[in-house]
Order: sequence, then C-alpha cells, then structure tokens
Amino acid sequence: MRWYILRRIGISLLTLFIATVVVFVGVRALPGDPAVAMSAESASPRALQAIRVQYGLDKPLPVQYVNWIGHALRGDLGHSPKTGLSVAQTLVQRVPITLELTLLALLVAIVIGIPIGILAAVRRGTIADYVASTTALGGLSVPHFWLGILFILLFAVHLGWLPASGFVPLTSPLENLQHMLMPAVVLGIGLAAVVMRQMRSAMLESLGADYVRTARAKGLSERSVVGVHALRNSLVTVVTVVGLQLGALISGAVVTEQIFLVPGIGKLTIDSVFSRDYPSLQGVVLVTATGYILANLLVDLAYSVLNPRIRVGGAAS
Amino acid sequence: MTVAPTMAPPAPTAVTSRGRMRRRFRRRPLAVIGLCGVVLVVLVALLAPWIAPYDASASDYSAVLKPPGTGGHLLGTDDVGRDLLSRLMVGTRASLTAGVLSTFLALVIAVPVGMAAGYYRGAIDAVVSRVTDVVLSFPFLILAVGLAAILGPSLINATIALAVSQIPMFVRIARGEVLGLREQEYVQASIVNGAPSRTILRRHLLPNILNPLIVQTTVAIPGAIIGAAVLSFLGLGVQPPTPAWGTMLSDAQQYIGSAPWFATFPGVAIAITTLSFNLFGDGLRDVLDVRMGS
Repeated sequence: MRWYILRRIGISLLTLFIATVVVFVGVRALPGDPAVAMSAESASPRALQAIRVQYGLDKPLPVQYVNWIGHALRGDLGHSPKTGLSVAQTLVQRVPITLELTLLALLVAIVIGIPIGILAAVRRGTIADYVASTTALGGLSVPHFWLGILFILLFAVHLGWLPASGFVPLTSPLENLQHMLMPAVVLGIGLAAVVMRQMRSAMLESLGADYVRTARAKGLSERSVVGVHALRNSLVTVVTVVGLQLGALISGAVVTEQIFLVPGIGKLTIDSVFSRDYPSLQGVVLVTATGYILANLLVDLAYSVLNPRIRVGGAAS
Repeated sequence: MTVAPTMAPPAPTAVTSRGRMRRRFRRRPLAVIGLCGVVLVVLVALLAPWIAPYDASASDYSAVLKPPGTGGHLLGTDDVGRDLLSRLMVGTRASLTAGVLSTFLALVIAVPVGMAAGYYRGAIDAVVSRVTDVVLSFPFLILAVGLAAILGPSLINATIALAVSQIPMFVRIARGEVLGLREQEYVQASIVNGAPSRTILRRHLLPNILNPLIVQTTVAIPGAIIGAAVLSFLGLGVQPPTPAWGTMLSDAQQYIGSAPWFATFPGVAIAITTLSFNLFGDGLRDVLDVRMGS
C-alpha cells in the first residue's frame, strides 16, 4: 500500500514536471511576439527590447523556464500586461469561483444521477428503467452550452425567476446561489447522465454478485441488501468515473462561465486567449493542470481505500 | 452488402457472426433509429450545397430575424437575413469534419503507437505512457483551446486540436488490450515460431483489439462534435462567413429575447447529431460486447 502510494505520487510529480514544460513551450509557441503583446499599442523597438530584458525574454529558453518555474514556485506568476494585476492574485480570486461552480455541479450530478441509477437498476427492464436510460442518453447528447442558452431564455427572459448572468460573491450567500444555480445545473446535467449510467451498470453487476445472493439468503431486507451491500460496492466504480470526469467538468466550466459570465478561471482562459494575455494564460493552464493532476491522484488513492483488493495487492481475492 | 432482407428461413443454418450481429443490432429499435440519424446527417453534409433552399451566405437585409415559416424561410432567418435552414445544412459539413475526421485522425495515430507500446513494452512503453499521462493531465477543452490558440483559429486547426486531445484515450486502450493479448498462447506461439513482429501486430493483435476501439470511437465522435461546436462557439473554429453550428449559437446569443428560434435550431441540430451517434454507438457496444463475451 505504501509502495503503491509513493509510486503513484512519483508518477504524478513527473507528469506535473512535463506538464509545466509543455505549458511553457506551448505559450511561447503562440503566434505573435510576447514583448509586443505585453507592451502598449505602439512601442518603439527600444521599449520592446526593454520589455524583453525585464521579462527575461532575451535569455535562452531553458534559462527562461528555470526562471519562470522558480518564480512560480514562490507564487509569482508574473503580471498581466492587459490589466497590470498580478496573475497569482487574479487566480486567487477566480479559482474559488470555478471551484464553487464545479462542486455545485458535482452535487447536482450526484443528487440526480445516483438515485435514478439505483432505481433503473432495481427496476431493470421496466418502463422506469427505459425512461431513465433514454433520458440519460439525451442528457449526454445535448450540448450543455446550448442548454445554458435555453435556460437563460426560459428562467431569466420569460419567467424572470433567476438572473441571466453575472456573479455575486459568497458574502451574500442567497444572491450567490441565485446566480450560480443555472450554471451549476447546466454543468451538472451531462455529468448526472454519466453518473446515472455508471451507477446503473455497476448496481446491476453488484445485484447479480454472490454476496448479494448470500445477503438475501440470510434474510436481510431488500432495503438493506440494495442500500448497504450492493450500493457500497457500486460506489467504488462511480467514484472512479466521477474522478475521470473531472476534466470534462473543468472543460464544461470554461464554456458555462462564458455563457453565464461567471468570472472564474474558465472565462479567464478564453479572455486571455483572445487578448493575448500570455502570463495569465500560462498561469491559468498551469494551475488547472496541477489541480487536475492532484485531483486524479486523490481519486486513485480514494479508490485504493474504497477497494481493499488494491490496497493489499490482490490477496483478498 | 451481401445480406439482403429475405424471407425468414424455416431452419437456421450456419449463420456468419456478422449476420448474427446484424440481426442482433436490428432488434434494437433505438440503435436503428440512431443509425438512420447518422446516415441522414452524413447525407445532408454531403449534399448540402444542392439541397439547401437558399445560398447559405447570402444576406437579405429586408428579411432580418424572420420567425420560422415566414417569407419562404422554413426555420426563419438570422441577424443579417440569411436562411437558417440552409446555414444549418451547410454547417453540418464543418461539424462532421471537425468531429468525425478528428476522431479518425486520432485513431490512425494512436493505434500504432499504443500497440507498439503494449507489444514492445520497455522504454517505448515508458515514454508513450508518460506522454499520454501528460496530455491527459490537461482537461480536454483547455488543451483544445490552447492548441487552437497556438495554431490559429480555422477548421483544420480545430480538427487537429480535437484530434490531439483524443489521442491519449485511444493509445491507452490499444496499449492495454495488446498488453493483455500478447501473453495469450497463440501470440506467444507466433513469437516462438519466429513470425516477424509486424505480422503478429497486424494479423494477430489488430483484429482482436478492434471491438473496444470501435466502441471508444462511437463514444468519441459525439464528444468531438460537441467539442467542435464549442470551439466554433468560442470563435476558435470555422471562421465566418462559413456557417458552423457553434458560431451560429454564439451569434444568436444576443438575440435570445427577440429571436429565440435563432438560438434554438443550431442546438437542435447538434443534439440530433450527437444523439444519433450515441444511440448507434450504444447499440453497437451491446452487440460487440456480447460477441466479445462469447
């Protein structure tokens, strides 16, 4: 178990290192001279040279990389040439917003996906199963950014129940929730479909397993068989799948934030692509990749805790 | 193409596994509906310039934002008076190009790489696995947006960006399957017999990893179609005036109160397309999985 964790952490660190190199090289491969992008509208060649020296752009790439990563490790991700703000500070403001959005979406997905998945498995082959499974497939097929636009049309324009877009900080919780509700539901629906489908198939597998038959034979109530024995084992699969979907959730957040004008890191990514704000883009991609690698590591570790067979290296089977 | 619907034979004779699969597939109405949808969308993409009622790029400022069914426009017009139905039809091309082509591009690159990693193991495997991990450490869209930004916004570049983002998944599947199959006796026997690696990979391994790859392809295509729509929605895909569903949606956003149909139809087009691929893929998965199990 310890060896497994250490090995897993080692791989994550290596991946993280290569990812930083990719981000670094990638941002430098963007079209246009970064010095021009960082300067005022019509900078003289001398001013450009000054910017290159100031940001170390005149140095060889490996030196630039070491400088950049050294600063990044100390929490200095440079300044945005567009706003003049520190990239790190901007990220500190924006990461929690995206985090809130994705957590709420995850909650929506779990609250919708797990009960419906269980229901579809327990009532396999009935109308309920059929409706649930088809709806889930529909949920997977509908592009969520379009769903976002339809939601705005219905709930904001026609009914006027919810604000169409924008963001209010958590200091006023009720208004915050009002603004976050539509984005979270839109983002969560696709994941809910995935969770439901996984829950259904995992549950079907569990319900057919020997230990469930044993539990039934012991005379346990159906509720306890389904709710305790089968559910616990099915959750292992669902945790893994939710973990694998984190990337999709972050991808979804990019578009959802764009539609509902939520000032998270997704919107920051797109804004910095279009304003050629390279330090911000570099920072946001770096933070996203790091967060994603860490989350995957945690999911793997959680998986090994939930599934004893991995923990003891197969001895239990 | 050889199997035509015939009278039900009185006694089942030897049926090819392909024929059996075909019949199993036909017993799933949703899968058949999906297949019909896919065929329809592909036909529309191929025939768009001939079957579209209007020129998709011709604006008509006397008919701006006309509701569906008015002035000979079945689905209405957009903000510069272009016929929505025609634009949707022509837009099918961009969506299918970016969605389907990118998946096949990823498949063509990823399968040999993944198979080599699984077959030769050692240093190749280590390098391939690490690179795969790194690419996977960027969320799909962040990677695609980043790549599209580096390459510049265009249909070809969006396709490349989507292809690169899909490669790791296919590499992982090909590698994993080959890793398991290479220990099978028939593969070991070929190795001992001195068959060249190329022959083993092509004749013995490739046919046996096709099913999981086909299933992943049917999962990946609708994802890539949505990805393509997202990229063009964000302005990183097809450039105007060439119509694309994503661009139409982003244009429509500002008229959501006054012309709701403008934003509705492109989304319906995307949803019908991805739903068709998903239904077809689900049916295919069931059919192929059963065969894998037997």
